[in-house]
Amino acid sequence: MAAPKKAAASAPQDKIDGGSPPEFTREQELKALRDMLLIRRFEEKAGQLYGMGAIGGFCHLYIGQEAVVVGMQMALKEGDQVITGYRDHGHMLATGMDANGVMAELTGRRGGYSKGKGGSMHMFSKEKHFYGGHGIVGAQVSLGTGLAFANHYRGNGNVSVTYFGDGAANQGQVYESFNMAELWKLPVIYVIENNRYAMGTSVSRASAQQDFSKRGVSFNIPGKQVDGMDVRAVKAAGEEAAAWCRAGKGPFILEMQTYRYRGHSMSDPAKYRTREEVEKVRHDQDPIEQVRNRLLAAKVSEADLKAIDAEVRDIVNASADFAQHDPEPDAAELWTDVYR
Amino acid sequence: MPIQVLMPALSPTMEKGNLAKWLKKEGEPIKSGDVIAEIETDKATMEVEATDEGTLGKILIPEGTADVAVNTPIATILADGESAADLAKAPAAAAKAAESAPPAAAKAEAPAPKAAPAPQAVAEPDPEVPAGTEMVTQTIREALRDAMAEEMRRDADVFVMGEEVAEYQGAYKVTQGLLQEFGAKRVIDTPITEHGFAGVGVGAAMTGLKPIVEFMTFNFAMQAIDQIINSAAKTLYMSGGQMGCSIVFRGPNGAAARVAAQHSQDYSAWYSHIPGLKVVAPYSAADAKGLLKAAIRDPNPVIFLENEVLYGHTGEVPKLDDFIIPIGKARIVRAGSHVTIISWSNGMTYALKAADELAKDGIEAEVIDLRTLRPMDTETIVNSVKKTGRAVTVEEGWAQSGVGAEIAARIMENAFDYLDAPVTRVSGKDVPMPYAANLEKLALPSAAEVVEAAKAVCYR
Repeated sequence: MAAPKKAAASAPQDKIDGGSPPEFTREQELKALRDMLLIRRFEEKAGQLYGMGAIGGFCHLYIGQEAVVVGMQMALKEGDQVITGYRDHGHMLATGMDANGVMAELTGRRGGYSKGKGGSMHMFSKEKHFYGGHGIVGAQVSLGTGLAFANHYRGNGNVSVTYFGDGAANQGQVYESFNMAELWKLPVIYVIENNRYAMGTSVSRASAQQDFSKRGVSFNIPGKQVDGMDVRAVKAAGEEAAAWCRAGKGPFILEMQTYRYRGHSMSDPAKYRTREEVEKVRHDQDPIEQVRNRLLAAKVSEADLKAIDAEVRDIVNASADFAQHDPEPDAAELWTDVYR
Repeated sequence: MPIQVLMPALSPTMEKGNLAKWLKKEGEPIKSGDVIAEIETDKATMEVEATDEGTLGKILIPEGTADVAVNTPIATILADGESAADLAKAPAAAAKAAESAPPAAAKAEAPAPKAAPAPQAVAEPDPEVPAGTEMVTQTIREALRDAMAEEMRRDADVFVMGEEVAEYQGAYKVTQGLLQEFGAKRVIDTPITEHGFAGVGVGAAMTGLKPIVEFMTFNFAMQAIDQIINSAAKTLYMSGGQMGCSIVFRGPNGAAARVAAQHSQDYSAWYSHIPGLKVVAPYSAADAKGLLKAAIRDPNPVIFLENEVLYGHTGEVPKLDDFIIPIGKARIVRAGSHVTIISWSNGMTYALKAADELAKDGIEAEVIDLRTLRPMDTETIVNSVKKTGRAVTVEEGWAQSGVGAEIAARIMENAFDYLDAPVTRVSGKDVPMPYAANLEKLALPSAAEVVEAAKAVCYR
C-alpha cells in the first residue's frame, strides 16, 4: 500500500479512477477558463499588494485550487449557499461577488464587503448566498450544516455547499456535524479541499485515514474522491452530490484532490515541501492550463483567449486601484454593527 | 423503635413534592425493595421503595397531599416483634424530624400565603406591569415554557433544539408539552453534541431562522463556547452589519446542589465579557417569562441564564397577551436608603433574605435585581448609590474578574464622590465547587455574608 500512496502523493489525479469526465461545451469551457483566471489573477494581485504592505494580517491565497470552486459553482442553482474557511477569496469571486468589494476588504477600506471590519478571512454576501469566510478552522462545518438545516426546515430545495480543508477534517465538530446531517437527512455537500498540507503538516503526518471520501463512512454518508484539478470532474461530481441532497437523501462528501501552489499564508517558510514538487503539479496538472489546452485543441483562437486574459486583468487592476484609493472606514464605524 | 420513612428527593434541588399514591395499606407486610408509594413533582414521578422489612405501621401523610417537604416523615414501619402499640414511641421522633425539616419547607414557596417569602410580595410594583393586571401563580419552569410556546405560536421561524427537549420533555422539564403542540420539526432532540448543535443553530440563524438552543446546563456549553463567541457574537460586526444572528442560548446556569465542580459553576461573568452578546439572568417568574420572550424576539444572540434551584419556585406572572420585559433594565425590587445591594438570578435569594435581616437592625437596604448583565443598567445602579452612598454586590460566581468587580468599577467611575464606603463584593469562594454538603455551603455566598458586608459598609 505504501508505494502507490507515495506515488499518488505527487500526482493527485492518479488516484482517481473512472476515466474522463463528461466533456464541456465550448461555452462551459470558456466560462470555466474565465472564472478560474479571474481567481488566479486576483490572488496574484493580492499577493503583490500584500508585499507592498497594502494588505495586512493573514492572507491565504487560493492559487492552484481554482477548479474546485469554479466547478462546484457550475453545479449549483440559485439560492444554494456557500460557506468556507479562511482561504476564501476564490469562493467569493466564484459566487459572483464583486472583485472591488473583496479587494477593498483585503485592504481594510470602507468599500469592502464588511466595510473594512472583517478582512481577508471574514466576508459575507447575503445577496450571493455566501456565508463566509470563517477564521476558526472547522467552525464553518457546523455552520454550513446549520444552513442545510434551514433549507430542510423551510423545504426550499436548496443545498448548502460547505467547504473545508484536509486540516479542518480532523476537527471534532466536523464529525458532530456529519452525525446530525445524516441523522436528519440535511441537504449539505461537504467539499473537502485536500490540498495535501494543513499549514506545513502533510496529510500523511496528520491523518490516520487519508482517504477523506471515507470520513463519513461511520455515519453512512457517501463520499467520492474527485480530481480537483479538472474542472469538468468537479462539476460532474458536484451535480451528482447536489442531486443526492435535493432528493432528500442527506449529505454527500466530495474529497477534492487539489494543490495549493503558494504557502499556507504569505508568511510561509515553505520548508515542508520541495520546489520540484510544486513545479511538477504546476506543469502537469494546472487547472487553467488544462482548459486552455483543450480550447486550443478545439481551435479556439489565441486572440479569443487573449481577450479573456485582458478582461480579467482589467477587472483585477480596477479592483486593486479601487482598494488602494477607497478611504478607510470612518472612525465612527468602530462602534457600529456590534448589535442591531 | 418504629422506623420512619421520610419524603425522598427526586433531584438534588427538589424541596417538596406531592404524595400521589400509597401502594401499601397500614398493617401490610413490607419487604426491602417493595414499592410503597408514588411521589411526584411538576418535573417527574418516582416510586418510593422500602429500605427496611416489617409492617407498614402508620401512614403519616395521606395520599393526595401536595407540597410535602423533603425529609418529612411520611410513614412508619414496624420491625419484626413490634406492634401498633410501639407506634406511640414514634411521634416524638417524628416531631423531632419535623423540626429539622422546616428549613426546606419554609424556603419552598408553598401556595400557603404565610409560608411564602415570595420576593414579589415585598417588591416594589414592576413598572412594566400595568396596575390592576390579573396575575397567575406559576413556577419559573412554567413561565419559561409559556414564553417559548407563545413565541413559537407567533413566529414560525422560532424553533427549539437541544438534548432531551422533545420526547423526554426537557431534562429539567422546561420544554414540557412543546413537542405535543409544535411537533418534531420545531422541537428537536439533538444528539449529545454541544459544539456541533450550537454551530448548527448559529448557521440556521444566519439564514434568518430564530433558534432557541437549550443547553442541558451551561456547564456543557463550554464545549460550544467557540461557536457562541467566535460565530454568534462576532458575525454581525465582521460582516459590516450584513449578517447577524437572532438566537437564544438558554439553560440552567450557576450552582446546582451537590453536583460538584464540573456541574456547578456560574458563567455570568464569562458571557457578559463579550461585545455582540446580550446576557440575561432573571430571578422572578414574571421576569423569566417577559425576558425570555424579549430574548427570542431580539435580533442579536442572547445568552439566557436560568437557575436550576429556582425552576420550581413560584411567582406571580401578569396575565397579559404579550408580556415583554425589555432587555437591559434592572429593577429595584425593594426600596431603601442606607445601602444598595445589587444581585441577579439566584443571588437575589441571599440579597433579599439579607435585606429582611438588616431591616430588623434598622438598616434599610435597597435591593436591585439586575436581570440583564449585558447591556448593564448602570443608570439604575448609580442612581441608587448616589442615594445610599454604599453598595454591596452579591454573586454566586468567583470574585476575580466577576460581575461584581464590573459593578464596583462602574460605581467608582460614575459615583465616586457619593461613596461613603468602599464597594464590597460577596461572591462564591475562590475554589472549584466542593461536593461535601458543609463545604458546598461554605463555598457559596450566604445571606449572613451579605448582612455582614452591608453592616460593614454602613460602619455598623
